[in-house]
Amino acid sequence: MPETTPDSGSGFSLRRSIQKVVDFSEPAIVGLIHLCGWSAIIFVMAIFYFVFSESLPAITGLEEGLDHAEVEKLDMVEFTTSPKWIPESAKRPTFGILALMIGTLSVTVLSMIIAVPLGLGAAVYVSEFARGRSREILKVLIELLAAIPSVVWGFIGLVVLNPMLVDVTGEPVGLNILNAGIVLALMSVPIIVSVSEDALRAVPDSFREAGIALGANRWEMVYKVLFPAAKNGLLAAVLLGIGRGIGETMAVLMCTGHSVNMPTSVFDPVRTLTATIAAELGEAVRGDMHYHTLFLIGVVLFVFAFIINLTADLIVKGIKVQGNE
Amino acid sequence: MDYQVEFRDVSVSYGKDVALKNINLQIPKNEIFGIIGPANAGKTTFLKAINRTLEFIHSAKTKGEILFDGKNVQQIRNVYGLRRKVGVVFPLPVGLPMSIYENVAYAPRRSGIHDKQDLEEIVVRCLKQAMLWDEVKDRLDMLGTKLSGGQQQRLTIARALSHSPDVLCLDEFSIAIDPVTTMKIEDVLADLKDEMTIILVTNLVQQARRLADQTAFFNKSELIEVGPTEKIFTTPDNQLTYDYVTGDFG
Repeated sequence: MPETTPDSGSGFSLRRSIQKVVDFSEPAIVGLIHLCGWSAIIFVMAIFYFVFSESLPAITGLEEGLDHAEVEKLDMVEFTTSPKWIPESAKRPTFGILALMIGTLSVTVLSMIIAVPLGLGAAVYVSEFARGRSREILKVLIELLAAIPSVVWGFIGLVVLNPMLVDVTGEPVGLNILNAGIVLALMSVPIIVSVSEDALRAVPDSFREAGIALGANRWEMVYKVLFPAAKNGLLAAVLLGIGRGIGETMAVLMCTGHSVNMPTSVFDPVRTLTATIAAELGEAVRGDMHYHTLFLIGVVLFVFAFIINLTADLIVKGIKVQGNE
Repeated sequence: MDYQVEFRDVSVSYGKDVALKNINLQIPKNEIFGIIGPANAGKTTFLKAINRTLEFIHSAKTKGEILFDGKNVQQIRNVYGLRRKVGVVFPLPVGLPMSIYENVAYAPRRSGIHDKQDLEEIVVRCLKQAMLWDEVKDRLDMLGTKLSGGQQQRLTIARALSHSPDVLCLDEFSIAIDPVTTMKIEDVLADLKDEMTIILVTNLVQQARRLADQTAFFNKSELIEVGPTEKIFTTPDNQLTYDYVTGDFG
């Protein structure tokens, strides 16, 4: 044991007092971390509450007119099944969101048809085939792609893709499901790539070696070994892409043509739920039927998100249950 | 004499690190060939060189000739065919993310066996040889990754046997398996010798002594000595070998 000099003694006591402070503040730090975790729940609940409460009058009834004598209620059957969205009509405003839902779904489905194979393919290339510098450059570029603001994407759809589609398809206007689908696909690809690339990288190399040693070629190895091993991550990637597709507002507002329409082909313009809220909420009279109905559309979007998450959960659980038996 | 695998002056390096230095070695057919040696001696690299899975390590460079069944492996066009002739069991269990049945049926199906009955026969035979059958016979469609570590390792052995390889490479196969099962598998290996050549890399020198016809001792990327197992374990030519097998190494 070395002799204690006065110096080291004071160092020792300093360290001890620091240790004391750390020990003392431990509960505070734990509390702070708890708060961070719970805040996410609080925020979601608050948004939930706000959107629901603002949409509630449309369902329960709204007192209209100067004398508050009339009670106006949103016709829920019309709301869900009518393709007519004419909120500003002086004679008889109609609030039917069927066309808007079809618009959102058609654009999202088309964009996923394009983005999922493209994104997964890119992720497989980046994680399994690209090497060294080309891989680093690709990763940086893909991440950069994710950082482009949606209004820029909308601009590209409007100014670049629009005339191209007119030339190629011969349609009079190039702002339609196809345009928005392509733009949305390009927007979702970076998310799908980076999430699924992480998932593929997380598969241990021993899996690859085992597959290769069995005589599988590289494609079989990816398809038979990597995809099943990384399936949860890949599913998450696809769902994030779908989430982006449904939630995206600005780009689809600019690229779909923004006209209420029941589409019969991908060359028809449509309008989406999100774009409707963005375009009309500023003009709607606060407390008006139109205003509350727009919030109800927000609720519908919530339901969509809920259904997607639930499906994902069930799929993942389904895979697990199958594995356990 | 017919050699299954022959190394002619083979060197392997990973960038600046040399993993194998001028290895000359012949492995006769239908023998159990033991390879012993401390960590980092190049044992695993030796195995990977045979079926050319070294190619997936990008810094790896191989010099010299490796003959498989008399053919230079570097010149074999159908590398997948070569890999199917070599069954490999890795030190850590790797249950592929498919059902137990699929894990074993995968390689035979790849080599063109599609008849359901034939496949089932192979699966049952391999699982029995790997001493896993009794534990999994009622749940063949369970995911292979859900098995315990030791079970997955035996599944890996069953998988390696499934394509009736000419050479079975076992890389420290028993580190995740209990001693009783290990002994049972060792018995199976001794029987399998009639059908294939077995290369047994092991950290348990006594395992090599029990099973191997010939044993090679690797140390620091070099082949120190190779010879009949009894000689290696009793009267080796090299002092290092003697120290290692008697546990005096270090």
